[in-house]
Amino acid sequence: MYPQVLFQNRQPNRIATIDEYRQSGGYQALATVLQKYSPKEVQQLVLDSGLQGRGGAGFPAGLKWKSVADDAPFPRYLITNIDEMEPGTFKDRVMAHADPHMIIEGTILAAYAVSAEKGIIFVRPSYESSALILEREIRIAREAGYLGKNILGSNFSLDLIVHRSAGRYICGEGTAQINAIMGLRAHPKQSPPRSTEKGLWDQPTVLNNMETLINVPHIIRNGAEWFKGLAKTKTASGTKLYCVSGRVNRPGCYELPMGTRLREIIEEHGAGMSPGSEFKTCLPGGASTYYLHKKFLDAEMDYEAMKKVGNRLGTGAVIVFDQKTCLVRATLNLMDFFVRESCGWCTPCREALPFIRDLIWRIEEGEGREEFIPMLRRMSLHTWKSYCAFAPGATMPVTSLLDHFPEEVHEHISQKRCPFKE
Amino acid sequence: MIEMLEQKITSADHPRELVVDVMFALQNYYGYLTDEALEEGARLLRMTPLELEELATFYDFIYREPVGKFVIHICDGVVCWMNGYGSVINYLSEKLGIKPGDTTKDGLFTLLPTACLGYCDLSPAMLINGRAYGPLTPEKIDDILERLRAEIPKPRMAR
Repeated sequence: MYPQVLFQNRQPNRIATIDEYRQSGGYQALATVLQKYSPKEVQQLVLDSGLQGRGGAGFPAGLKWKSVADDAPFPRYLITNIDEMEPGTFKDRVMAHADPHMIIEGTILAAYAVSAEKGIIFVRPSYESSALILEREIRIAREAGYLGKNILGSNFSLDLIVHRSAGRYICGEGTAQINAIMGLRAHPKQSPPRSTEKGLWDQPTVLNNMETLINVPHIIRNGAEWFKGLAKTKTASGTKLYCVSGRVNRPGCYELPMGTRLREIIEEHGAGMSPGSEFKTCLPGGASTYYLHKKFLDAEMDYEAMKKVGNRLGTGAVIVFDQKTCLVRATLNLMDFFVRESCGWCTPCREALPFIRDLIWRIEEGEGREEFIPMLRRMSLHTWKSYCAFAPGATMPVTSLLDHFPEEVHEHISQKRCPFKE
Repeated sequence: MIEMLEQKITSADHPRELVVDVMFALQNYYGYLTDEALEEGARLLRMTPLELEELATFYDFIYREPVGKFVIHICDGVVCWMNGYGSVINYLSEKLGIKPGDTTKDGLFTLLPTACLGYCDLSPAMLINGRAYGPLTPEKIDDILERLRAEIPKPRMAR
């Protein structure tokens, strides 16, 4: 059992109350920061801790915060992203149901670090229960003096609200989320200007994944070196909420040191493969990552190590496939998802993804031809010219299917049928 | 309801931030986002009906067509697909006598396959009027449908 930092108050079917959170040291970081630390000092501490954004890109949180210029105008906004629509990912939901005040304190601290006066927690509609919990606990935090005007007697004020989405994958993308909040169609925007310069209502805006922010109270209380020491690898820091799903005995969300080996996550924490199942591959970080070759099962799950094996940590949501699962059909399912969820704004995404989907559908239905394979590769390359990271992510399962499981694709084509169908 | 929305909108710094909340409120009130509701919403938010339509049709959880009292969002994400989405949707379709996308004649149930709902630990999963169910088996589905039939429908979203 590893030290539980983020899940320290997690109990089965029970939400930690503000008192329970306080008993575990909750809101001490906020009190310390408001008395002793300047926003700059908080930024530096988080930068020193090596905290990387947990939404998928792994960008250092401290750097993001520092990119808000000293003379940036007010009001500034802080957005906590609980849109979480990456297939296989459910950590934000588990966290909101375990310890909502850790989310609230993390958000307040981040807002302090960038001098934001309004915070917004963006929640997807299928997490309505999480939205309700957060709204209730925000009220409680406000009554306790942690939110509102002059927090704990300081000069710092923060208003925090929950913003509901009506459900669309692209809203998880930072700039699209800002558009969504402004009541616009949720299309991504390209920089310049960056959101930290001109974001929500053209004001400086910092958007962080929820999981990034819940680390902040602990970094402040225990220091940057302690936080680095939590990880198993030198290239990473802290713990990670890994989700395991698919063909395993115990699907769930587990807090483990950053850099825990994939094999351990699946075999120990996910309690191994389901009866009758053998490991074939996994998507290590949600749908927008590459199918992992079996030989990399001992890879360490952090941003750097996954990059080294040609993959991505993504959201750290491990989706496990077994030998009985047809990967062409699985990829077709993923493409159905991406085609439907594409916002349709730019051509490479809007046109290439349905084209790819159609080719994969034909292969699965026994109408595939060998020349489809170079076509799939070419179309996948085109998506890297798209406006945001959505389409390149969507083609990661496609190219890795061709790279690591060519026999399976060829079998579909030569047998003119799916070999997995009875 | 309209007065309440009007008041909320007038007191907001940025009325358009409320657009999703307004659509949900109208949808709960009318059962779905009717053409009249769309126009009403646009008027309240000082948008054109077309601007609101652009948003209404963008989102998975805004219904521009009539739906049943219980909207079954069944997850067709990759994890649920792997864990038996096919047999679950077939069972539900047969049991309710409708195809995916349709509503039962008694106006009780609508069946909508939906992008990954984020309940992969409870897969195969579905969401009915905001409440998640899983892992689904035929027996569990029978039980859930029976209980819903006996229950007075709650509002689709909690506000």
